Amino acid sequence: MAVTTQAKLDARKLRADFPIFEQRIHGKPLAYLDSAVSTHKPRQVLEKLQDFYETSYANVHRGVYTLSERSTAEYEGARQKLAQFVNAASPREIVFVRGATEGLNLVAYAWGLVNLEPGDVVVVTELEHHSNFVPWQYMAKRTGATLKMIRLDDNGELDLSELDRIAGEGKVKVVANNLVSNALGTINPIEKLSAWAHEQGAIMVVDGAQAAPHKAVDVQALGCDFFAFSAHKMCGPTSVGALWGRLELLEEMEPFNLGGHMIRKVTLEETTWGDVPAKFEAGTQPIAEAVGFGAAVDYVTEVGLESIEQHEHDLAAYALEQLADVPGIKLYGPPPERRAGIVSFNLGDLHPHDVAQVLDMEGVAIRAGHHCCQPLMQKLGVAATNRASFYLYTVPDEIDRLVSGLHKAQKIFS
Amino acid sequence: MSDFYREVILDHYKNPRGHGAMDSPDATAEGLNPLCGDEVTISVALADDGETIDEVKFEGRGCAISQAATSMLTEMVKGRSATDVATLPKEELLEEIGIPLTPIRLKCALLGLGVLKVALHRAKGTPLPPEWAGLANELEIS
Repeated sequence: MAVTTQAKLDARKLRADFPIFEQRIHGKPLAYLDSAVSTHKPRQVLEKLQDFYETSYANVHRGVYTLSERSTAEYEGARQKLAQFVNAASPREIVFVRGATEGLNLVAYAWGLVNLEPGDVVVVTELEHHSNFVPWQYMAKRTGATLKMIRLDDNGELDLSELDRIAGEGKVKVVANNLVSNALGTINPIEKLSAWAHEQGAIMVVDGAQAAPHKAVDVQALGCDFFAFSAHKMCGPTSVGALWGRLELLEEMEPFNLGGHMIRKVTLEETTWGDVPAKFEAGTQPIAEAVGFGAAVDYVTEVGLESIEQHEHDLAAYALEQLADVPGIKLYGPPPERRAGIVSFNLGDLHPHDVAQVLDMEGVAIRAGHHCCQPLMQKLGVAATNRASFYLYTVPDEIDRLVSGLHKAQKIFS
Repeated sequence: MSDFYREVILDHYKNPRGHGAMDSPDATAEGLNPLCGDEVTISVALADDGETIDEVKFEGRGCAISQAATSMLTEMVKGRSATDVATLPKEELLEEIGIPLTPIRLKCALLGLGVLKVALHRAKGTPLPPEWAGLANELEIS
């Protein structure tokens, strides 16, 4: 359990910042237990977006006029906030992307496609979201490299005893893993994997989409080479995310998207690339969204990442305890001290769609499906699971309503 | 009680009609919705005229909608002509189900009918209409 020096957060008070909770669903207050797929937005972020469009919007890095300068300052200010948020050595190491998925694709194309060759090994884990699995499977096929999996144990935690065997299979060039699993909530040992990756001469690519909202991230302490995350999972707008990469790697990499802004000089014969991060930011960027991302960083930082982490651990522990008493429930994943605020489960033979449908009638929103983790579902031997996930605005009462909704589902279908 | 799960749907889900396998069926097919794991296999026995549906059986697992809809379907088509059923509009089944379905749940509801259509068209050597071919592909019906 994390050592908390920050004050315990008051979720009930924070809820007042989120207009979405003012409505009723099927006549009942909204219990939103699907924050792992996307979080809701506080007024502070929504007002920032509105204010930016009304007072400061123009395209960035283009005009010499006042508005363009103001807009550029806001956009670059957001980059600065993100750099501090993950403890990057320099704001130049932050590339704005559409989301974690695009960030991971950027690495797969601009590093993987160029550097992988037959005989190389790309290592992923059974816990990966498709966003950090499919690009590597694809790049391995394109380049003739081999894709290897780190397996899971029965707790839903990575089995690192296989690493030596994997190292013997060829030259390991890429290790890809999420810091927090979106499906099970498992917190993965990235520091250890980064050290191992570097011993092999590989790069360590971290999907941070589920981690950045929930705990303080220090990319230098993690020891990784790339860390991708999305604004929409941490109170920010959709369609913007950030890729942090080590400056020396970003500098030697090929570009990803080609076009305006990413160039230094274009002639009929050839084009030279702009400096990092411009080299990776072709075209008009999601400018207001990036500014909103900065406001989201301010919001979660003010609440306190340690407080958020502690709150989620408390909720996960409470949920696991309450859910354990539901007859026929099967819970997946590690004990609460080693997981974020995510609980996956199945209820007897009931299909997750039926469970989620009954809960919706009660105003309780959970996810039912494969969570973009089909390899993990194959490992668990199920087509889908139910998943309840929590954030800084989640209150225990919502978990109680989940539990009573599950009892109701059992009554309906038995 | 939830409005969504009408009594008739719950009844078909809990007590599926025509549940089981068939020795040497005249037509058969199976489907699997990869997104949610719903599975349905349908077997059909035709009468001596080679046209009237004498018996329909299904096996499967998955959500209440997919299983109840298939169970209702077996009752709807028994005794009808295979040619009619092969061209049965989906609205006829959806009316019977009688609840508003989101696009995701619509596929659950139509899995059984898609499987039955593939089975009948294959047995009769007629091509599957294009509007069903897309669904058959999506729901891995063969």
